[in-house]
Order: sequence, then C-alpha cells, then structure tokens
Amino acid sequence: MNPSNGKGSISMASPSASWRAGDGVPDQFPAGLRVLVVDDDPTCLVILEKMLRKCLYEVTKCDRAETALSLLRENKNGFDIVISDVHMPDMDGFKLLEHIGLEMDLPVIMMSADDGKDVVMKGVTHGACDYLIKPVRREALKNIWQHVVRKRRNEWRDFEQSGSLEEGDRQQKQSDEADYSSSANEGNWKNSKKRKDDEEEPEERDDTSTLKKPRVVWSVELHQQFVGAVNQLGIDKAVPKKILELMNVPGLTRENVASHLQKYRLYLRRLSGVSSHPNNLTGSFMNPQEATFGQLSSLNGLELQSLAATGPFTAHSLATLQAAGLGRSTAKSGIHMPLVDQRNLFSFENPKLRLGEGQQQLMPSNKQIGLLHGIPTNMEPKQLANLHHTAQSIGNMNMQVNSQGGQNSQNNSLLMQMAQSQSRGQIPNEMTGGHVPRLPSTIGQPILTTGIGANVSPRNGIPENIRSAGYNPVSQTSSMLNFPMNNASELPVNGFPLGSTSGVSSLPSKGSFQPDVNSDIKGSVGFIPSFDIFNDLQQHKSQHWELDNVGITFDASRHSNSAQGSLDLAQSVLAHQGFPSGQMTGQNRNTATIGNTMFSSNNGTENGNAQNVSPHLNALLFDNPIRVKTETFHDSNPAIIFPEPFGQEDLMSALLKQQEGMPPAEHEFDIDGYSMDDISV
Amino acid sequence: MERNQQRRQLAVMRQSLFDQEYLDEQFIQLEELQDDANPNFVEEVVTLYYRDSARLIQSIEQALEKKPLDFSKLDGYMHQFKGSSSSIGAKKVKAESTLFREYCRVGNGEGCIRTFQQLKKEYTTLKKKLEAYFQLARQVGPAETACRPK
Repeated sequence: MNPSNGKGSISMASPSASWRAGDGVPDQFPAGLRVLVVDDDPTCLVILEKMLRKCLYEVTKCDRAETALSLLRENKNGFDIVISDVHMPDMDGFKLLEHIGLEMDLPVIMMSADDGKDVVMKGVTHGACDYLIKPVRREALKNIWQHVVRKRRNEWRDFEQSGSLEEGDRQQKQSDEADYSSSANEGNWKNSKKRKDDEEEPEERDDTSTLKKPRVVWSVELHQQFVGAVNQLGIDKAVPKKILELMNVPGLTRENVASHLQKYRLYLRRLSGVSSHPNNLTGSFMNPQEATFGQLSSLNGLELQSLAATGPFTAHSLATLQAAGLGRSTAKSGIHMPLVDQRNLFSFENPKLRLGEGQQQLMPSNKQIGLLHGIPTNMEPKQLANLHHTAQSIGNMNMQVNSQGGQNSQNNSLLMQMAQSQSRGQIPNEMTGGHVPRLPSTIGQPILTTGIGANVSPRNGIPENIRSAGYNPVSQTSSMLNFPMNNASELPVNGFPLGSTSGVSSLPSKGSFQPDVNSDIKGSVGFIPSFDIFNDLQQHKSQHWELDNVGITFDASRHSNSAQGSLDLAQSVLAHQGFPSGQMTGQNRNTATIGNTMFSSNNGTENGNAQNVSPHLNALLFDNPIRVKTETFHDSNPAIIFPEPFGQEDLMSALLKQQEGMPPAEHEFDIDGYSMDDISV
Repeated sequence: MERNQQRRQLAVMRQSLFDQEYLDEQFIQLEELQDDANPNFVEEVVTLYYRDSARLIQSIEQALEKKPLDFSKLDGYMHQFKGSSSSIGAKKVKAESTLFREYCRVGNGEGCIRTFQQLKKEYTTLKKKLEAYFQLARQVGPAETACRPK
C-alpha cells in the first residue's frame, strides 16, 4: 500500500506534515526538515544551527533539555528530528532521548565530543538513531533526514501491520529493524532493513511522516510491565492486544506492543539458541539434551517445555539465564539487559542463533529446567521468537509440535525413536538442514523450549548447528532426539561430564559439547535477568544438561529401549515440576510436561542448571506457541532433524507440517537480527 | 595595492595558523559557513567561544585550587571545554585538553595543573592571533578569507 504521498491514502499515515505543502515546503525534502538542536554549549549550538541552515533545514536551537522538552510537548508535530548533546547540565542527554522517544517518538541523534564505545553504545541502547562525534561536520548533518524517513516508513509499516500482527510480525520486525538500522545496529538488521529501505518512497514518507506514532521507548519499567503482562497471559496467549490491556499504559499502542513482543520473542529465542559462545550458538542447551535424549531427550523436551510453561520468568531470572547463557553474569540492568541484549542479541545473534541448530541448546534438563521454571515467560516469548527465528530450528518445531501434539508421550517417543534410530551423524546433518528440527519439535519442543529454544539446534553437537536460524527450534527437538542419538554415541565417549554442570549444557551431540556445556551452564544460574541467559545457558547447556541423565538415557536409548523409559521419566519429572501449564497452550503443555519430567529426573544433577534451562524452556515453549500462531507450522522439513533414521518420519512430518510455516518465517528473523526498536534499550 | 597587500598578508596569516597547528580542519568548516547572510560568521563564533570558555577556564582554575582535587569534576569541565574548542578548530588547545583529561583519568594532580598552565598559554596565544587575523580580515573585506590552505 503505498502511502501515495500522504494523500491520506493510507488511513494511518496522515500526510506528512512536515514536508507537505502545508508546511510551505512541499516535496522539497529534505529541505525544510524541522530540526531541534539541544546543546548547552553556545558555541556548538551556533555552529550547528548555521550548518543545518546551510542544509536548508529549519532549525530551532535550545540550550536546555527542559526547554527542548516543553517545546516538543507544545508542538507535538512541530519537529521532525532532534539533535541533542549527551552531556548537559540540567538533564542527561540520554534521559532526554528516552523522553522524546516515549512521548513524541521522534528520531533523535546524539552528539558528543566523547567517542568512547560505551557512550556510543549507550546511545544505541537508549534508542538514538544516530550518534555524531564532535566536532560535527556539515557533511554529517546533511544526511540526517534519512532517519526521519526511515522512521516514518517503519511507523507506516507498523500501522499497516496493526491489523495482522501475527503475520505482520515480520514486517513489523522489519520496520523495527529499519528503525534500528540507523543506529549502530548490527549488520543483521541491515539486511532486513534493506528490504524496507529499498522500497523507500517519498510517498511513503509523506504518509507516514505525520503518522507520528509515538515511539515507545521500552524503558526498564515499561519492559517489566510488558514482561509481567506476558507472563500473566502466558507465552502462548500473549497477544499484543491483551498485553496492552494488561499493561494499561497510556499512549502505548498495540503496534508498539506487538513489535516489542516480536523482539522479545526473538530475544528469548536468541537466549536459548544463541549463546555468546560459539558452542552456545549451537544450542548448548541441546547438547546435553541430546545426550539424554536417548531417553531423556524426550524428557528434556518436556522438561524444557515444562520449564517454559512454568511460567513467569522473572525478568531477573531471565536475565540471569541470559547472563548465564551468554556467559556473562552481569546483572546489571535487570530488564534492561534483556532488552539491550535482545537487541544486540537479536541483531547479532540471528546468524548465530542456532536455536534450532541442533546444537544442542537443549538445556540441561535437570537443572535447567528447574531454572526455567523460575524463569518467567518473559524470556520465553522472546526466546521463542529468537528461537524461531534463528533456529527455526527444531526447537521451535519441537515446541510447536509439542504443543500441537500435546503429546508428551508422542514427543517422547519420537524423541526416543529418533534418538534411537538416529545416529549421531544423522542428526547433525539434519539439524543443519535447518529444518530438521521440525520433526522433533513435538518431542523436542518441550525440552527445547526451555533451553533449547536457543540452542536447540540440532545437536549435532556442533556449536555451529545453529544453522538455520529458523530451524533451531526444530532442531531442538531434533537435538533432543538427536541427543539420544548423538549423545549416545558421544556420551559414552564423553562420559557426560556435562552431567555435572548444571548448565543447560546442551550436550553437543557429538560429545563435543561437553566441554562447552559445563562451563556455560553453570554460570547461568546466577544470571542477570537478561534474555541472554538463554544464550548463555545454551552454551553451557551442551554440557550441563543433565548430562548425568543424558548419559544414562543415552545409553538407554542407544539401546533403544531405555528411551521409552526415559520418556516416562521425563514425564514424571514434569509432573513433579508442577509445570505451570497456564502458560502453555496445548503445545506447551506437552512440552512443559516433558520438560518437567526432565527436570525431575535431572534435578539430581544440577539444580542450577535446571533453572537456566527453565527460562529457555519457557522461552522455547512460548516461542513455539507463538510461532504456531504466526506461522502455520508446516512441516516443511519433516525430517529436518533426523533425516532418515527417524522412524517417526510420519509423525515428524505431521509435526513438521505445522511448522512448515515457521521456517520460512524463521528465516526472516534470522536475517533481521531483530529489530529491537521497541525494546527499550 | 594596499588592499591586495593586505589580502596577501591575510592569506599568509591564515596559512601560518594552520601550519603552526593552531587551527585545524574544523576552522575551515566554519569558514565555509560564512556567507553573505553572515559575513562575519567565523569571527562571531570565535568571539562567542572565547566568551563562553572564559567561564569554564575560571571554573577549572577554581577547582584546581581545591584540595583534594575533584578529578571527575575537572574532567567534566574539561570535556565541555574540549568540545567547544574543537568546534572552532582550536587544535593545540584541544590537544592540551585531551592531555588534561588523561591526567584526570589517572588522578595525576600535578600533571593536571601543569597541563592546564600550558593550555591557558595556548588558549591566550590563539586568541591574540585570531584577533589580529579578524581585524585584518575586516579591513580586507568579506571575500578574502576564503582560500583554503593545503
């Protein structure tokens, strides 16, 4: 739909006020761009004003932040862009940035003589669309109009999407991404952004220019509210509309929430699937799971799910998980972290999110799951999103599958079967396929969700598993499944050192995880409530996941007998866990239960890990449901995870079918790297 | 002609300011902003700079007399000062500011005081030179200062 020059063609976009004839400068854009400059240094202010005038912009100068704010408030549509100094006496530039973002949703460019990475990063996280180093040159100012256009386009898109958020998620994401791309976003974003940019048209601009949808800056508080609302609703039920209602924040639109939710999901997914460690990416979570998959694999999935279902992850726990996952335990900014991380994660992680990559991001079933429980769904949605996107992996699939099938047993059996039938090699291959995860999804899902989400990547045991971002979720399942298989093979070798680590050590199916797993997961316990936990967890996962269990299961599975048993175990575990099924839809339930069971069984090994896993699971779980919604899961790759060995092929296919829709969608996320625009940084 | 001679003189003066690194590229940016609408833009900005930065210099001086030294405060002032100075292209002054901030960062009071003295010297020297430059420029007329060095 093109804004058609703002002739009101788009219902949402009103004619771009600034550039429209109304302003007297019709279509001479960027001339006439209304800029507000805020700087307490009079010399700089004068110079900037002159420079901007030379660019034919309309300039208003302001030497105090408060004055600027009131000017903006009085004149909501009076400006197109704001340029502000970072260090000001009456108000910190970043604070002003937040205010503007929240209230007026205008693009803001930060300026400073300080070019330290931290400061610039702060600008990014607070939502600045650009950062200029003083002394500012005229050339740098010449192109600031791009930020305005970009924003408008995004807003426009968001509006368009408002109707169909689910489907529009992607688009929104794009818009968000576009928004973010202007700031120092990762390249991932740019890809997606490019898509939008390419289509940039003046008309669009016009239409959206007036559409000053106030951009929401997702501050910590706001995000907390969001997360709380999501948890309350349950990851699978968390639709923007309801979240919006729950949050009850004036001025917040459904679109804001929707895009934020999208990011959140990605974030969660990323957490589980992508850990900072390379291994993690592969889904450290999965690793252990894989191993355990023999038997536990199914359990893991379940556990994960249960974890996921468990419910509201506290932001804190999530953060911790993230931290753990990422290997960083910076409990710094609670929510912020997640947000920020999300952003970063999303953007960066996408490629890395191997969520489904079979990497094993299966969260260490035992401990992890426990953790996951604690971890509110906050993570999940994001994680799920992440997972979905990046992993598209089995994990998602798993989750979805699970939810769909709601058949824990099925899953388990699938997993088991997979585990059994699959040989290590297979899985990895499959996983990487990226869509393999689909199959196991049901099975793996539960498990995957939690920890796997992120790393569900088929445990090929290859940290790199995170291959197809989209498939991670699926791969998770596969990983789960694989785990048994791979693990089985590998475990014996490794002797599951992982078991010890509570981390979600997603046992690298290949047993290569082991080293990774251990390290990472452990950390997860103490993470900061950031979405990164998952990532971290994942890393650890490989090893941590209930390695003990895994090992055992593996062997069992190896023998293809125990697998069954493990399922039961998993289930029981889940039962113990008391997995809050509220969160999970049918799908989740299943997975959740599975996850729970897993945990129970695994609990022994690492409590800490379980926790880590939980978030992941949740994320995974949540993610899955979400995914389901948005994407019709088709089993695009029925046998993604375990290509041939799966005896379950049929089942998997069925499962995958549902997921089918996902993978493609997933990819998108993958690319984008997750526009965290809405996420307050 | 008198005028031509003056113009040449002006150009030489300007060039030497650059050669001696009193001024840098940013000054040229200012010059480019000068136009018919603002024929004395550069001078106006420099005047504004000296007026405004005098306050900062004073604040820093006072802060340097306090014992013990509050490095973060000093750094804050200097950060501001540096921003201003760099925006008019005061190269040497900017360099001293950076050095001062480094000393602040490591908590070297002696270094701060020493550097500040040097900074003030550069600051004053530049002021005098620019004053002479602008005086001549006004005599020569608006279109004379536009030759780009290098």
